[in-house]
Amino acid sequence: MTLTTVPERSGLDSGPAAGSRARRRRPALTGWAYAAPTALFVAIFFVTPILLVGRMSVSDWGLFTGDRGLNAPENFTDVVEYRLFWPAVWFTVKYTVVTTVILLGLALLMALIVQESSRWTGFLRTSFLVPSALGLASASLLFYALYSPQSSPFGFLGVSFLGTPTAALWSTVALIVWRFAGFYMLLLLVGLQGISADVYEAARLDGAGRRQTFRYVTLPLLRSSIALCTILCVTGSMLAFDQFYLLTKGGPDNSTLTIVQLIYNFAFFGGNHLGRAAALSIMVLAALLIANVLQFRGLRGKEG
Amino acid sequence: MFRTPQKVFTGGLALLFLFPLVWASVASVSPQAGSAQIGGWGFGNYRTLANYQAGIGQYLLNSTAVSLMTVLFTLIVSLLGGYAFAQFRFPGRDVLFLVTLAILMVPYATLLIPLYVLLNRLGLQDSLLGLALVLTMFQLPFATFMMRISFEAVPKDLAESAQVDGCGSLRTLGHVLVPAVRPGLITVGLFAFLAAWNDFITPLVLISDSAKMPLPLAVANMRQQVMGIVDYGATEAGVVVLALPCVVLFLALQRHYVRGFMSGALKG
Repeated sequence: MTLTTVPERSGLDSGPAAGSRARRRRPALTGWAYAAPTALFVAIFFVTPILLVGRMSVSDWGLFTGDRGLNAPENFTDVVEYRLFWPAVWFTVKYTVVTTVILLGLALLMALIVQESSRWTGFLRTSFLVPSALGLASASLLFYALYSPQSSPFGFLGVSFLGTPTAALWSTVALIVWRFAGFYMLLLLVGLQGISADVYEAARLDGAGRRQTFRYVTLPLLRSSIALCTILCVTGSMLAFDQFYLLTKGGPDNSTLTIVQLIYNFAFFGGNHLGRAAALSIMVLAALLIANVLQFRGLRGKEG
Repeated sequence: MFRTPQKVFTGGLALLFLFPLVWASVASVSPQAGSAQIGGWGFGNYRTLANYQAGIGQYLLNSTAVSLMTVLFTLIVSLLGGYAFAQFRFPGRDVLFLVTLAILMVPYATLLIPLYVLLNRLGLQDSLLGLALVLTMFQLPFATFMMRISFEAVPKDLAESAQVDGCGSLRTLGHVLVPAVRPGLITVGLFAFLAAWNDFITPLVLISDSAKMPLPLAVANMRQQVMGIVDYGATEAGVVVLALPCVVLFLALQRHYVRGFMSGALKG
């Protein structure tokens, strides 16, 4: 994200040029020694699994039977031909778009509200941020009780929060907005505070109204913060699992089944086929990479 | 600048955010049909929770153990790694740093399917240690990045003067640099704790022995008990127990947390 801003530091080894070769090699060894735990972790728990998932995706690999040999490209065709695959893709995309638009719109509004420091905005900031301290699973369980006809304080409304596909989607979006709005507000607030007061002063002197200032000063200068939020939000939504697993179980009638739920179901919930789950995981990884590259291009393109 | 109508609107918005938490806390001790707390106010739901299967003590212990191990591993690995990346030049440094950050780009689910197989082979199936190691790996991109910029922000003279005074790199790290990067360590530790305490899908995939489940999984499973009838009272109590340490930590460290965000990782 902000990699480009990390300054190159020459480090302790950039001593006087007179240093001998041996003295120059020692910091390299010391450096490796300190980096060794990181390297070990990355090798065992990240690189190996990535290679393994590639292997599994082209193998007939059952949950209990283990590896039964290559079968490429059967896993991929099985996954794509599975009757719930396209509905899950479509639902995940719809959910991602709805969540990102609502969440970022509200977070921006909230960031503008609490922009200035005062006791009142301090209270507002804390209130908006407290839900972000909860885990997504805890928040989902909370809303599960909040939405259930037996325990809901909204029982008098006579609304079924999770009963129809549309209601289930919006109820889940409400949960996600509640849980994450404060977090994105904080990220946008960082961006807002990076805009110097002089710029606003100049806009005011040029006779810009509040709306014009927002449209032509705030929004363009906030672009990199908005880009970061969009990428985080799209990635998080594309990989949605906890909220649907706990709140709707993919229902009613598999209408809220997301891609990651489908991976889980292939692997453990009835499917018991790790090969297919691995194949779908690889497809999700590819989709995520493409989505992020497109977003980087799109958001950077506007800047030019 | 906030006039009365604006105060009403913004205050209402704030209440909307606070309401679910307040409701869950109140509902967990209030009378409710179909729960252990039928008549009057009291802690019946917490008693249900306490006596569920292995007992809430066991699940709390599991969650605490996993969270503390994750925090410890994350702090050690990212402290040493951040030091290496910030202060030393060595072959492969940039590649290793980029690969560590690349963990962020890969979905949890993509890694969990092979990790399930891998941990079995390492003899770490159904183990809290295995779970903590995996959760540490998920923390590494943020933690390493954070510690690297923390070390880079330390004035270079500080480390150099320690070395002139005859400190080796390890003693320089321990005596001079660790105090200087303490804010970074607190942020990294806090994030690792919250992530490990709250993670759901990782233990869902990696832990199948119900006596080893961390709390979120136990509370989620508890819903489907007693002939499919959900005990919402106990669920609310579970949510309160899950949320309480997070909210307390958040409020206690809020100033630090917000400032860490504002000044550190996301600047630029």
